[in-house]
Amino acid sequence: MAATLNRRDFIGTTTAGAAGFSVAAGAAGFSVAAGSLVFGFATEAAAQGTTAATPSATPPATPPATPPEVNAWVVVQPDEKIIIRIARSEMGQGTLTGLAQLVAEELECDWARVTTEYPTPGANLARKRIWGNFSTGGSRGIRESQDYVRKGGAAARMMLVQAAADEWKVPAAECSAAGGVITHGASSRRTSYGKVAAAASKLAVPTDVKLKDPKDWKLVGKRMARLDTVEKTNGKQIYGADLQLPGLLNASIRACPVFGGKVRSFDAAKVAGMPGVKKVVKVGDNAVAVIADTWWRANKALTALPIDWDLGPHAGAQQAAINATIKAGLSAETAAVGNSNGDIKQALSSAARRVEAVYSYPHQNHATMEPMNATAKITLSATGAPERCEVWTPTQNGEAALAATAEAAGLPPAQCEVYKIHLGGGFGRRGAVHDWVRQAVAIAKEMPGTPIKLLWTREEDMTHGLYHPITQCKMTAGLDAQGNVTGLHMRISGQSILAGIFPQNVRDGKDPVVFQGLNAGGGEAMIGYSFPALLVDHAMRNPHVPPGFWRGVNLNQNAVYMECFIDEIAHATGKDPLALRRELMKNHPKHLAVLEAAAKRAGWGTPAPDVKGQKVFRGLCQTHGFGSYVAACAEVSVSKDGALTVHRIVAATDPGYAVNPQQIEAQVEGSFVYGLSAALYGECTVKDGAIEQKNFDTYPAMLMAQMPKVETVVMGSGGFWGGVGEPTIAVAAPAVLNAIFAATGKRIRDLPLKHHSLKA
Amino acid sequence: MPSLNVNGQVREHSAEADTPLLWVIREQLGLTGTKYGCGIAQCGACTVHIDGAPVRSCVLPVSAVQPSQKITTIEGLSPDGTHALQKAWVANDVPQCGYCQSGMLMAAAALLKAKPRPTDADIDTAITNICRCGTYNRVRAAIKQASGEIKSAGLDIVHVVRSV
Repeated sequence: MAATLNRRDFIGTTTAGAAGFSVAAGAAGFSVAAGSLVFGFATEAAAQGTTAATPSATPPATPPATPPEVNAWVVVQPDEKIIIRIARSEMGQGTLTGLAQLVAEELECDWARVTTEYPTPGANLARKRIWGNFSTGGSRGIRESQDYVRKGGAAARMMLVQAAADEWKVPAAECSAAGGVITHGASSRRTSYGKVAAAASKLAVPTDVKLKDPKDWKLVGKRMARLDTVEKTNGKQIYGADLQLPGLLNASIRACPVFGGKVRSFDAAKVAGMPGVKKVVKVGDNAVAVIADTWWRANKALTALPIDWDLGPHAGAQQAAINATIKAGLSAETAAVGNSNGDIKQALSSAARRVEAVYSYPHQNHATMEPMNATAKITLSATGAPERCEVWTPTQNGEAALAATAEAAGLPPAQCEVYKIHLGGGFGRRGAVHDWVRQAVAIAKEMPGTPIKLLWTREEDMTHGLYHPITQCKMTAGLDAQGNVTGLHMRISGQSILAGIFPQNVRDGKDPVVFQGLNAGGGEAMIGYSFPALLVDHAMRNPHVPPGFWRGVNLNQNAVYMECFIDEIAHATGKDPLALRRELMKNHPKHLAVLEAAAKRAGWGTPAPDVKGQKVFRGLCQTHGFGSYVAACAEVSVSKDGALTVHRIVAATDPGYAVNPQQIEAQVEGSFVYGLSAALYGECTVKDGAIEQKNFDTYPAMLMAQMPKVETVVMGSGGFWGGVGEPTIAVAAPAVLNAIFAATGKRIRDLPLKHHSLKA
Repeated sequence: MPSLNVNGQVREHSAEADTPLLWVIREQLGLTGTKYGCGIAQCGACTVHIDGAPVRSCVLPVSAVQPSQKITTIEGLSPDGTHALQKAWVANDVPQCGYCQSGMLMAAAALLKAKPRPTDADIDTAITNICRCGTYNRVRAAIKQASGEIKSAGLDIVHVVRSV
C-alpha cells in the first residue's frame, strides 16, 4: 500500500464543514456526543469560510474539531470514537444500525464506540458520489449497499493497520486488528485506532479489499440494539417538524383540493393583520401559504384566508367513474404482458372447468405520523441575487431532495445543500417526488435570508399524497377433470406508478413494476408457482389521483389477488390450501420453504385452540418481493355478529443474509400493522375530484387493541441479500382474508374490510 | 403574560387564548418532544400529563389550563431518561421512526400511575395512540416489563454499554 498524500483537499473540506454544522446541530438541540444522528458535513460555503451557510447565531466558543476521515465511510477520533457514515435514511426501519454493523464488522472496531452521521447530498455531489446512492426505498438500503459499505470498513481497517505497521516499520501482514486495537504479534506491540487514524488518513484507500467469509461474522447476524433508541424515548430526537434555526419563520400551506386545480385568487389583506403573520404567498400555481412567526399562527391565518380556486379539469371526477374505467380494463383487448408461458387460450378453452373471481384494491395514503415538512433558506449574494439554497428535511432520498431544491431554487446543484433529518415515517412518501421540498424552496424565495419551515397539516397530507395505486384484477383458472390447474390468467387493470412518477421507464406501454411478485425470474419479485399455461397482463388505466410507491408497492395487491385466488382454487377443488400450494410450488423451493415454516410453526393441519369459546381459523399465504421470500399464517375468529379478531400471526422470512434479526422481527411485526391497517380500513376515495378522507377519523389505523401476537421466523438461507422493510406487508392481508374465509365461508375480494359484514 | 407550570417550572408565554396547548408547548416553550400528528385528538402523538392525567394537547385551548395545573411533557417524564418505562423502552428497542413514541410513553406512564400492574385489557383501553410503524407489541411488552409483570420480553437484544 502506497503512503501517498493525495487526499488533503477532502480533509480540509471535512473539517470545516463538520465544525460548521455541528454548530447548527447544537442550535437545533442536538448533542453531537450523545446523538446517533449528526448532520452531514462539508457544506461548500462552510468550506469556503463563509458564515451564511452556518445556520446558527450562537456558535460555541470552541467548535468541536473533527479529525480527518480514514476514508469516506469511517472517521476515528483521537478518543477512539468511531463515526460511521450512513448514506441511506433512517425512518424507523433500522437501516442506520444495520449499515453500521456491516461497516464495523470489517473495520474490527469497538462497537461500543460507534456513532453515525449522514454525509450530505451536496458532499456526495462534490465528491463524485463517493457514498453511492442515497435512495432509501424498495427495501434496498442494506442489500444494495452491503458490498461497498463492507469494503469501506475493510479498507479503513487496512489503512489503520498499515499506519501502525509503518510506524513500527514492520510488514502490515504481521499485524492484526480487533476491537480497535492493532497488534504486532512478533513484538507484542499494540496501538489503537485513535492513535494511528491521522496517519492512516494520509494513505491511499486500497482498492483490492477482501471481505470476511460470512461464517466469520461477529456483529452481522447478531441481535444488536439499535443506535437511535435513547433519543426516541426522551423527546430529544429532532425531526424535521421540530427543527429550530435562528430567525426561523413558519409556514402552513393549502394546495387546491382537486389535483390539477389552480389558485385563481386570494385575499391576503383579510389576514395580514392577524397575530404573527408576515406574508401570504402563492406557491407554484396551485397553492397558497401563510408565513408567520409560529406555525400555529400561520395555520390559523391560512384557515381564515379566502381563496378562490380554479378546480381544473378533474373537478367532476367521482370514485364510481374511476372504478368503472378500471373495471373496463379487465376485459380490454390490449394489455401489456408481464409473465407468460404455454398457451393460455388453449388451456382455458379446453378446461373441464373454470374458476373466476374479480378483486379490487383501493387508493391509500401513506399517512406518515410526521406530516410532510421542510425548512428552506435562500441566501443572496452581495449583488442581491440568490446565491445559495439550503434545505433541512426528512427525505428518503437526499440526492433527489437536492435535485428538487436546485430546480426549485433555479440554482446549480453545487450551490444548494440538503441536510437530512431522521424521518417520522417514510413508507415511500418521502422518496421519489419531493413536492414539499419544492414548495418550501418557493416559499423561502419570498423572504431571502430567512429560514422558513413549511409544515403540512394532517389534512393537507391526507389530501395531497402520492397514493397506493388503485387496481382491479380478474383471475381465471382452468382445471382439468381431475381438478389440476392447467392454466391461469391474471388480468390486472388499473394504475401505473411509473406512468405517474417515472413515465420514461414505461416502455411499449408496459410498467414492469406492476408485476411485482409475478415475474418468472430476476431475483427481485418472483412468482412462486408453476402452471402449464400462464398469462399475467396489465391494462393500464390511470385516474387523476397521483400514485406513489407505498410500502410494499404493487406486491401488496398482487399477493392479495394471487394468494386469495389460490385459496379459491383449493376450495373449488376440495384441496387443502397448503397441499395445493405444495403441488404448484414444486419448482420454487425457497418460496415453499418459508411457507412450510410458517405453516409448521402455526400448527397447520391441526385445529387451532379456541379463544374465549370462539373457534379459531387459519389462513396461509406466501410471496416473494424485494429479494426476500416471505410467508404468513393468520389465526382469526369471527363472532356471530361479525366481529373479527386476529389472534396470532406466524410469519417467516428468508432474506438470504439476516443482518440484525431482532430488527427484522420489528419490521415483520410492523408490517402487519401497516398491512392490516390497510386491509381493514385503508381507503382514499374521490368525490368531486378531491380525496374525501382528511384525517385519522376517516382514515383510521390499527390500534393496540387490534394487534395480534406476531411470531417471526427469520430463516436466512444465505447466499443472497433480500430486503425486509416491505415484503411482509404483502402477506398480511391475504393471510387474514384466507382465514376469514375459513372462518365464515365469505370470500372478501374488495378491500378494505370495513365495507363488508362478516355476520353469520 | 399568561403562564403555565410545565415540568416543574413556571413558564410565561405570549400565545393567543385559543392556541392549543400543544403549540404553546412546542413553539412558545421550545419543548418539541411533544408531537403534532393530527390536530383532532385522534393519534395521541401530542399526549402530555395535566395533573397526572393523560391529555391530548392538540385540541385543548391553552386558556383552559390553569396556571396552577401541573403539566408534564416527555422532557419532564424523568430528569435523565430513567423512568421505568423509558428503561423498558430502551431494553426492548421499542421505537422505530419514533415520532409517536413520546405520546405512547406519556399514555403508558399515566396508565402505570393509575394501574401499576395493568392487564392486557387495561393496556388496550389506555393506549389508543396510533403508531404507523407498528411498534404495538413491543410497547405492550415494555409496559409489562416496566410494571414488573414480566422480567423481559425475551427479545435477546444485545445491549452494549455505549461509551460515546
